[in-house]
This record gives sequence, structure tokens and C-alpha cells, in this order.
Amino acid sequence: MAHFTKATGLQDWFNQRLATDIVSRVMATEYWIPKNINFLWAMGMVLVITFVFLLVSGIILMMYYQPNVETAFDSVNYIIMKEVEFGWLWRHVHGVAASIVFLIMYIHMFTGIYYGSYKKGRELIWISGMLLFVAFSAEAFSGYMLPWGQMSYWAGMVITNIFSLGDLHLNGLVEWIRGDYVPAQAFLNRFYMLHVLLLPLVIIVLIALHFATLRIPHVNNQEGEELDFEEEAKKYKSGDKKGSKVMAFANDFLSKDMLVVSIFMILFFYLVFYNYNFAMDPVNFDPADGLKTPAHIYPEWYFLWSYEVLRPFSTNIGLIAFGFAQVIFVMLPFLDRSPNAVPAHKRGAFQIWFWVLLADMIVLTAMGKLPPEGIYSTIGLISVLLFIALWIVLPFITKMEKKL
Amino acid sequence: MTKTNRRAFMGKAFSAVAGVGAIASLYAMKKSWDPLPSVKAAGFTTLDMSGYKGNELVTEKWRGKPVFILKYTPEMIASLNDDQKTRVIQIGSDYFMVTLGLCTHLGCIPGYNPDEKSFLCACHGGTFNVAGEVTKAPPPRDLDIPPFKINGTTLVLGEEGDEYKKLLEDGKTLRV
Amino acid sequence: MMRELKILAVIVVFTLITYYLVEPFAHSQMHKHVEGEGFTYSDLPALTKTGDAVKGKELVMGAAACTGCHAITKEGMAAGMDPAMAAQSYGVNPPDLSNAGVVYDAKFLAALIKNPAHALKVEHKFDAAKGKMHPMPQFYGAGGDIDQEIADIVAYLQSIAPKAEELTSEQAYKLACGGCHENRYAGWTQVGQTPKFKKKQDELKFNLAKADYQDALTKYMGKLPPDLSIYIRSRGEHYIKTFVEDPQAYLAGTAMPRVGISTAGMEKVIEYLEDSGDAKRHERESIGPKVMLFTLVFALFAFLWKKELWSKLH
Repeated sequence: MAHFTKATGLQDWFNQRLATDIVSRVMATEYWIPKNINFLWAMGMVLVITFVFLLVSGIILMMYYQPNVETAFDSVNYIIMKEVEFGWLWRHVHGVAASIVFLIMYIHMFTGIYYGSYKKGRELIWISGMLLFVAFSAEAFSGYMLPWGQMSYWAGMVITNIFSLGDLHLNGLVEWIRGDYVPAQAFLNRFYMLHVLLLPLVIIVLIALHFATLRIPHVNNQEGEELDFEEEAKKYKSGDKKGSKVMAFANDFLSKDMLVVSIFMILFFYLVFYNYNFAMDPVNFDPADGLKTPAHIYPEWYFLWSYEVLRPFSTNIGLIAFGFAQVIFVMLPFLDRSPNAVPAHKRGAFQIWFWVLLADMIVLTAMGKLPPEGIYSTIGLISVLLFIALWIVLPFITKMEKKL
Repeated sequence: MTKTNRRAFMGKAFSAVAGVGAIASLYAMKKSWDPLPSVKAAGFTTLDMSGYKGNELVTEKWRGKPVFILKYTPEMIASLNDDQKTRVIQIGSDYFMVTLGLCTHLGCIPGYNPDEKSFLCACHGGTFNVAGEVTKAPPPRDLDIPPFKINGTTLVLGEEGDEYKKLLEDGKTLRV
Repeated sequence: MMRELKILAVIVVFTLITYYLVEPFAHSQMHKHVEGEGFTYSDLPALTKTGDAVKGKELVMGAAACTGCHAITKEGMAAGMDPAMAAQSYGVNPPDLSNAGVVYDAKFLAALIKNPAHALKVEHKFDAAKGKMHPMPQFYGAGGDIDQEIADIVAYLQSIAPKAEELTSEQAYKLACGGCHENRYAGWTQVGQTPKFKKKQDELKFNLAKADYQDALTKYMGKLPPDLSIYIRSRGEHYIKTFVEDPQAYLAGTAMPRVGISTAGMEKVIEYLEDSGDAKRHERESIGPKVMLFTLVFALFAFLWKKELWSKLH
């Protein structure tokens, strides 16, 4: 039996049993964050808050949603939107949050790329982050099935068809995934399971992993400067808060986190109440009809660049390009051969590479939404080829960087 | 105010504002948990009382629960004492026992014996008399009377008419 | 601080560019835009005569024989058949004309009585030359000035109809849309408003009548006209208004007739569709500003707290 003394107060009582003091120091009050950062460093907290919004609104929606092909559509658009008190509010929060979380994720990702926050000990942060992106993508896709509207059905049909893998004709696999020949009751139920239980658990575990991979390397800074955290911490703790190059996560950085979150919330709630059609596509307000394909099928905006990579080519080539696009971002820490972990504006060719990649992703996104005809498919093809070329060229241009 | 105090104050002030948001959200969540309008609207059953026969127990449905309607014959009325008569519901010139068809012990449905003019609950042996009063343990109280309103020859279960309110006041039934 | 504002500007610009391309621009490329005429029905001839409602009533009951198919329950004239039977005879239930005078445009009514297939813009389907007659026969006149007689009929219909301000959304939808379009969120079916069923048999009878009606309607139209419960969200007000004004403008060759609705009727139909498909809009509009105010206050206090804590860091 370990030794316990009479507690001097509530804090001491918990500390003797749970080591809460150490946890608090390591995770909050003595978790040192460089001062030389900007508001982009708060995107992680914005993601956490958005995820909480999704969890809470999702939990309430689960009280009334019915995962049955006959009643799913009406359980959302009649029961939740018309009957449940504030049901419309939770539905709008859930739909808008699901869309906006990807905007924040892309900003968060590109911040990491710009500042080299995937290099030199931070590779696992990047990889766990990309795994989170994949998990959120699966979560978004599975969630989109649930209202069982036209887009739900046909997106389900098209995306599961991908698994036939072109000329391999793996129709058996496609039917196994669906649990039926077409998206039907089995399909809806299992994607409901994925959406409300399995994937959220995976996401929560990955978030914990993501935080764990960040703790030892510490957060990066705007110059990529390697800090002696012990030294700077000593200055801070001795009272020289102005001279130290670091601040404490709690409550110094946390207060800035909250400020950025609050500004995000202004945008978020504006969208929830006044501008939500981008997140809840009108086509999905037609009940699913397996005998009628909508005139225009497109995924949600955050999948458009990926969708466009698939489109300009014949089936097999398209699938290979698509697979390449999903995996290549994960490889970034290993494709970047430069010894420098500094912001892009100090890295010459890489800076150009960054902005070209960003612009290319936006063009791919736009082309993914537009009908694949005429000038749009030409631009789309060029953009996809540019995307592939950028990744092939990356090891070469980074290898040429001089050590700073 | 010293710097430290101001910092602590602003922290507390911010937390308070966040708290207001949290409470508003909790309020909205509580309202979302409320029974739906369609559920509450379905909480009324209208019965046409002209079709029942004397000493024939009929089980109707109200809010998903069984309701006993027992029309009294003149002999049955004569057998009631004054106290029991207060539980009788009069509609026009007819007299009825109207109670929930659930034993007040643990909710099983008691059976009616028209010869003995009594109810027996098979689950634990509780019995009730022709007025719905408990006559043998374990049920702790008489059969409950649902809220009702008399409209001419119809009875609306779920609405609280004057006769029902009087029964509540006199402690003849609990509100169900 | 300056640097952060620059970074924010970059993010905002890229986000807005992406939003513009993916939403307004892409949608403009995918969907035809029809401006609409504001229900002026410019292709139909203007009304030249002033109608006499008393003479109009005689014609409606007599030479024009409207009441042979159309009920006018307001004037005590019931329908000759139940809706399902009427649909089996005519394809669709001839609407009750009690409110026609306010729900339909006057110019349209005149053109309709004279030549239904033309006014309804379904001549591509009902071509007299090819022997395919519209179920509603045209009025050939009662021997006098046909335009005057038609003006009289229209005047009569207007005289019995409610005033525009008194027209309810249910009346407008039932007449203008409800003969073909179900609205299950409002409880409306082509055979009438769904009642509360006491007995199972009543429910089965009602659903049987509905199924029979919908079968007849599908045969008549080629496809079952869609349920409009949530169309206000899936199509939006502008599309619905311009579509109703001229279905052919969006879907050339469609079997849906030009409805000939008046502006008053259209406003009420939109209201009905909003009640069925966007019922909580008033709550959303009322809570929205309060939540926005809260987020501003929240941001202010977050800023003040951050400022306090960071004053010691620099």
C-alpha cells in the first residue's frame, strides 16, 4: 500500500491519488510554447472546438435520427428540422461544422507545410495529422450518407464503385462493402455505425496520439529557430517573463487560443444562421431515388480536388492518380530532402513550390465542381499533371537547398 | 487593481461569459430532449360512452396504457357505499368505473371476474373491488383514475374536467 | 500584429476565391438562370372587356358547362365524383373553382377558357390536329361576343373568390398545386388533407383512394409529380416562382402545365411551401442576431483577457 498523508486541501487530495500536479505542469502550466508564433498556431484549438461542436450536436441528432432507408430522410427533414425544439439549430451546427472543419484542417496543414513543422523530429506529428485527415474524411463521407438524399445515395454508389478498382472488376468486394448489390439498408446501417461509434473513437485516439507526438518536440515557431526549452523555461519561472523566449500554454497561449476561437465563432455562427447552403447541398433535399441520377453529382467542397484528380483519365490511370494523391501528402517529411526546418520564405525554390501547390489545389477544387466539359476539363487535366509534377520535383528542389 | 488581480478578474469575467453560453446551450439541449409536439398531441383519447354494456369490462387505450371502462348495472350501483360512489363517473344517466387498467403494485393488468364483480392481479395476487378500491395486498392504493373530461356522451381522456379535478383534490386518485 | 493581419488577409482572400469558384460561379455554370416576368404572361392577349358577374354565373351553370366537371363548393355545387374517380376519368381532379378568381391571373383565366392547351402551354402534348384533346374542352361561345362572355365568366369567378388579403396559404396551394403535388410534411395528398384516423379501415380506404389517384395521375402525366414538402430548400424561392410561371423555360417538353397563378396566389403558395419545408425560419431569424451578439461579447472578453495576460510577456 503506497503512503498517503492527510490532505491539506482538495488539490492535495487529488494530487496524492492522481498526480494531478505533475499532469497540470506537464500538460498546461509548464508546457512551454515559443513566443515567436502567430494566430495560425491556434488552428489546432479551433479544430478541437469544432470537433466538440460536432460531437455535441451529433449526440442530440442521434436521439431522433432513424437509420432506416424508409424513414431516415423524414427523421432528419421533418422530425429534427420541424418537430424537435432547436432540432434545426443542431442540424445546421452539425452540417456547417462538418464543412468548416475541413477549411481549418487545410489551413492547419498548409501552415505546417509552410513552416517546416513536419521535419526534424516532428515527422510523427505530421503523419498522425494526416491520419486524422483521413479519419475525418471517412467520418464526413459516412455522415453524408445518413440523410439518405439523392447526393447521399449517389455519392455512396460512386465512391463504393471505386473499390472495384477499374479493370480488376472487384465487384464482389464492392458488394461486400455495401452489404448488398446497391446502397440499401445494410449500407446505411453500417455507415451509421462507422459514423457514430467506430470512427469517432478512432479520431479521439488519433487526437491523443497527435498531442503525444507534439509534446516532446514542442510546437514550432515562425523562424524555425531551435530553442533550448530548459533554459528559456528557467528564465520564465524565475520571473523574467519578458526576457524568456517561451510562454506557458496555460494560461498564456490558451488565452490567445480562446481569442482566435472566439473570432472563428463569429464566422461560424454567421454561417449557421445566415449562409448554410454551401454546407447542406440542395440536391440532398431530394429523397434518394435509385432509379434517377441527379444531373450534377459532386462531392462536398473539401473532396473536390481529390475528385478532380480522378476525372481526366481513363478508369485505371485515374484510380492510380487518385491513390497517389491520397498517399503522397503523408510522404512529405521523407520527400523533403532539405536539411533546413525553416519557414518557406527562407527556402528559395520551396517557397515557389508552396504557393504553386496551394494555387493548384484551389484550381483542382474549382474544376472538381464544374462540369467536366470544354475548357474546364482542359484546365483540370493541366492542374492534375501539375500536381503530380510538383511532388515528383520536390525531392530534387529540396536536395539543392544549402544548409542555413 | 494590481496587475495580477486584473488578470485574474479578466480570466473570471471571460469564464463567466463562456458560462452564459454554456448554460444557454444546456437549455437548448434540455428543450431538444422534450417530448415532441406530435407525441403530446396524441395524448388524448375520445370515447363514445353510449356503446358499453353493463358489467362488461372493456379495455381502451390512452397514452399507450390500458384503461378499464366498466358500466355499472343498477344492482352494481346499489351495492356501492357512499365513499365508493364518489369514484363513479356519471355520463348522462349511465354510471361507469373508469380507471387505468394497471395494478398499482407493479403495473400488471388485473383480470375482471364479472360473477364476483372483482379484479384479481395474477402477478402477485392483489385484488380490487367493483369500485376499483384495493381489497388485498400487495397493491398500495386503489386503481388510478386517469384525467378525464365529460363532453355530453363522450369522455375525453387526457383532459382535466371539473369532476376529475374534484377527485384529485379529495385525494381519490393520484395524477397519472 | 501587422504580420498577423497580412497572414489573415492571405487566408481570407484564398478562402473567398475558393468559395466564389465552388459556389456562385460553379452553380451559374451548372444551372440555367431564368429571370422570369413577374407573372405578366406577356404572350397572352390583354383583357379588353369588362365582365358582368351575374351574366357570368348564368354561363358557368349553363352554356359554358363548367359545373359539369368543376365543383364550386362556395356556391353549393359539390363535385360530381370523388377525386380518385375523377382522376381516373380526366387524369387529374378538375379543381374546385371557389377560389379560382383570386388564385389565378385574370388574363390567364380568359385565355384558358378559350383554349386550355394553349394557355397551359401543353400543346406539345395535346395537339388537336393530331386528335389528342386536352381533358378540359374549350369554350366555343354561347352565341354572343365570346370575349365578352369569357370576361363575364372571369368576373363571376372573381366575385365569389376571397380578397387577396384574405386568401390563405392552404387555399392557394390546394387549388394551384394540390391536384397533382402531394405535400406530406403538411399532411396534404392529392385526395385531400390526411385526417386523423379512428379506425384502421378508414386509413386503408383513404390510402387506397390516394394510390388509385396517383396511378391515374402518373398515367396522365407520364411520371408522378413530385412531393413538394421540402422544395423550398431544394429549389429555392426564385426557382420555384420562375418555374411555376413557365415550366417549359426550365424543362422544355415537360408535361407540367403553366399554372397561370396570380402574384397574390404565388405569395401564398410560397408561404405554404415555407411552412412545410422551412417551418422554423422565424425562430432562426429571431435567435440569429442574439447568438451573433453573444459571439461578439465573447470575443471582446477573450480579447481583454488575452491582452491582460500578454502585457507581462512583452
